Amino acid sequence: MPRMPRREFLNLGALAAGGALLMPRLSFARAASGKSRLVVVILRGALDGLAAVPPYGDPDYARVRGDLALRAGDGPGAALALDGYFGLHPALHFLHDSFTARELIVFHAVASPYRERSHFDGQDLLENGTPRAHAVETGWLNRALRELPGPVEREAGVALGQNVPLIMRGPAAVTSWSPSKLAALDEDTLARITDLYATDPLLSVRLADALAADAIAAENTGDEAMMGKRALPANTQPAQPAPRQARYAEVVHAAAGFLRQENGPQVAVFDTTGWDTHANEGGGQGQLAGRLAELDAGLATLRQQLGPKWNDTAVLLITEFGRTAAINGTRGTDHGTATAAFLLGGAVAGGRVLSRWPGLAQRALYQGRDLAPTLDLRCVLKGLLADQLHVPSRALEKTVFPDSESARPLEGLLRG
Amino acid sequence: MLPPVTAAIAANRFGLGARPRDLSAIGGDGRDWLRAQLMTPPLLADTGLRSSADILAQGLSLQRKIQAARRNGAAANAADEPAVAAVLQKLPQYLRPIYVSEVTARFADAVATERPFTERLVHFWSNHFAVSVDKQYLAGLAGSLEREAIRPQVLGNFSDLLLAVETHPAMLLYLDNHQSVGPHSQLALRAQRRWGPRRIGINENLAREILELHTLGVGGGYTQGDVTTFAHVSTGWSIGGTGGRFAGGADGRFQFRTEVHEPGAKVVLGRRYPDSGFGQGVAVLRDLAHQRATAHFIATKLTRHFIADEPPAAAVERVAGVFMHTGGDLPSVYRELIDAREAWEQALAKYKTPVDYIISGYRGLGLPVDAGRAPLAPFELLGQRTWQPGSPAGWPDRGADWDGASALMKRIEWADAVGQRVGNRADALELAAQMLGANLTATTRSAIGHAATASQAVTLLLSAPEFMRR
Repeated sequence: MPRMPRREFLNLGALAAGGALLMPRLSFARAASGKSRLVVVILRGALDGLAAVPPYGDPDYARVRGDLALRAGDGPGAALALDGYFGLHPALHFLHDSFTARELIVFHAVASPYRERSHFDGQDLLENGTPRAHAVETGWLNRALRELPGPVEREAGVALGQNVPLIMRGPAAVTSWSPSKLAALDEDTLARITDLYATDPLLSVRLADALAADAIAAENTGDEAMMGKRALPANTQPAQPAPRQARYAEVVHAAAGFLRQENGPQVAVFDTTGWDTHANEGGGQGQLAGRLAELDAGLATLRQQLGPKWNDTAVLLITEFGRTAAINGTRGTDHGTATAAFLLGGAVAGGRVLSRWPGLAQRALYQGRDLAPTLDLRCVLKGLLADQLHVPSRALEKTVFPDSESARPLEGLLRG
Repeated sequence: MLPPVTAAIAANRFGLGARPRDLSAIGGDGRDWLRAQLMTPPLLADTGLRSSADILAQGLSLQRKIQAARRNGAAANAADEPAVAAVLQKLPQYLRPIYVSEVTARFADAVATERPFTERLVHFWSNHFAVSVDKQYLAGLAGSLEREAIRPQVLGNFSDLLLAVETHPAMLLYLDNHQSVGPHSQLALRAQRRWGPRRIGINENLAREILELHTLGVGGGYTQGDVTTFAHVSTGWSIGGTGGRFAGGADGRFQFRTEVHEPGAKVVLGRRYPDSGFGQGVAVLRDLAHQRATAHFIATKLTRHFIADEPPAAAVERVAGVFMHTGGDLPSVYRELIDAREAWEQALAKYKTPVDYIISGYRGLGLPVDAGRAPLAPFELLGQRTWQPGSPAGWPDRGADWDGASALMKRIEWADAVGQRVGNRADALELAAQMLGANLTATTRSAIGHAATASQAVTLLLSAPEFMRR
């Protein structure tokens, strides 16, 4: 039996039994709304917003942060200046360049409606788009995709990873993709499995989605990262972990590969972890600095890989909540409330820090310990979805972010 | 009278997957087979694996050498940088083979065990009390946490299980408690006298996760104040030989440090605990173990694991009731699950996790668990590295978390690779009947029967909808 790479099988259109089921889903219809792209990066573990975006102009900042406070000015370890009051962590070079190039908006003292301190409920609420954890089993991004103008039957979103995170789960057709380290199946076996799944409503859809994602991925022939290590024989050991700076290289290459396609998905989502810095968080250098440097390098690669498409792209970085204003007993920070968020990209009307700064004086802290929230994250999300994906306002209020009347969409986040 | 699918559900949902002769051995009533497994603790057979204290003591000694080398390197003005870098590599190099041995032993046991229900319970509790090997030292200690704290207690009382886990060095390190210091402890006051006001205090990570993830569950009625006070209670729960102010005590063993324990009586969940040093934290844990919220939280998780993603409320209530009136006697709780009518009503109610999928494939096909790095590969490929859930919440336990398109394709590719490897030695049609029993559909039987090659037949068996679920 010939063992043919799956992409050739698909391109030849040599669909045996079951092919009729696959065909309609294989073409990602182009969004009627045009060429705009959105990448959502979830920072799981609660990013320390006061470390990522130090408010060194705040008279209480240095006292509250003690040894871990970042200072203004030049030289190694100093924060990168944004507007004289806020800086960026020194590991965030690319984000700083983007700010200077007016392609980055920093939001500070922002929080979702969640006011407890559980990562897992906090993430659930961040993704489900309602004011309550576990209120629904779909994500706001998926519900937004369902409202896009254009044909209904298409995969408008891709999750980079084996599975789809809650934010992207729901009624709209989406897929997931991750590089394969095993050999592709031959066409005959694949056709038989398609048949075997014909009466299974879940598996038939998942298999079709996987093939659709692979078909898009295959159009990026010559892009080694996109194709993963598909050529390796089955028993080859997975490679050693990539160098630290390259942690997100594979995932951003893949994301860019999808988003570059004119008929590809409009939205990509991926996860990052390692932000739960309870101990030995570090200041200008150290544990968090390393994580931020990896993220920054990944975003720089994303920009480079997107090429001209960058101009139509917005990248949103969000986390479930912030961390305590003060350092704890183990040179880290515990779970807090408000934090920072970022909107980056060629489509973004950047070069701004948007914040109604509550201050770090003891009386200003939320429950006497956390940065107080002054901006509802849903204001950012609603403004972004309205302007970048043209999600109708009525849908934003009704289905995408139910019970969010108090959170008015922020206008003018994108270049007009 | 239960339906005849009982053996298939017993072996595949409660167990880790049927081996070729399991279903006929189980016979008509899978409940007896499951109950009979609850007699003796599922300890690993003599594997030559080392104790956590031994593993950690050697690691701490290595770490002291690394720190000395770092200081010397800095003193020598970085002239010895390559040498320093080489020393820095030593800790991961030391821990990695321990991780590989632990994973291999666990995997081999899961594939070979005659008591797959208790082994699944070990996996369940290991995930309930999750640690993740992406944190320093856990690669060396995650396996010993399971062997030393979970396996001996999994058929005991929840309260003892809880105490064994929370005093294990792996958990104290993972949730940062070993260096948490009471702000009015002897050590803190001494430091303030000597150096003036300085940042010294608690770390609330362990206290929060005990309440949220190990006992009451989120929404279980505790406040931020309870978290902070409980963190004060648990100051002093530490590990010997962890350097600096924490150098005292036997290297790598649990050490209660009176000098960092926050003195005084404390109120947690409205109950006052007089200061009895180590005993104060033990008393809080004992009470947490017997709270109604804890019973409900544990019952919900067990019912979700063994019955359905959306656990039937009536079953949860019954299991929680048994938990409460037996004071957390785990075998009684398990027997209530076994007796739950809901467990037998719907076959294939759960989508397998990658670990379930891999282990059931190995068991069904009798695949050997080789030595070396090979045992790690399938878990990496299918996206569930052993003891690496990435967060203290552990791996999720709902189908939606595992049924992604790309994840499915990875399983099919793995099934294909296995088919290539064993196809010529396997009779897939016979195996399908023996592994899937009453769950085997005519569609799958026909597909396997009409396969073009023996390899393809195995691939179809491992890809079948009824093998993706349990």
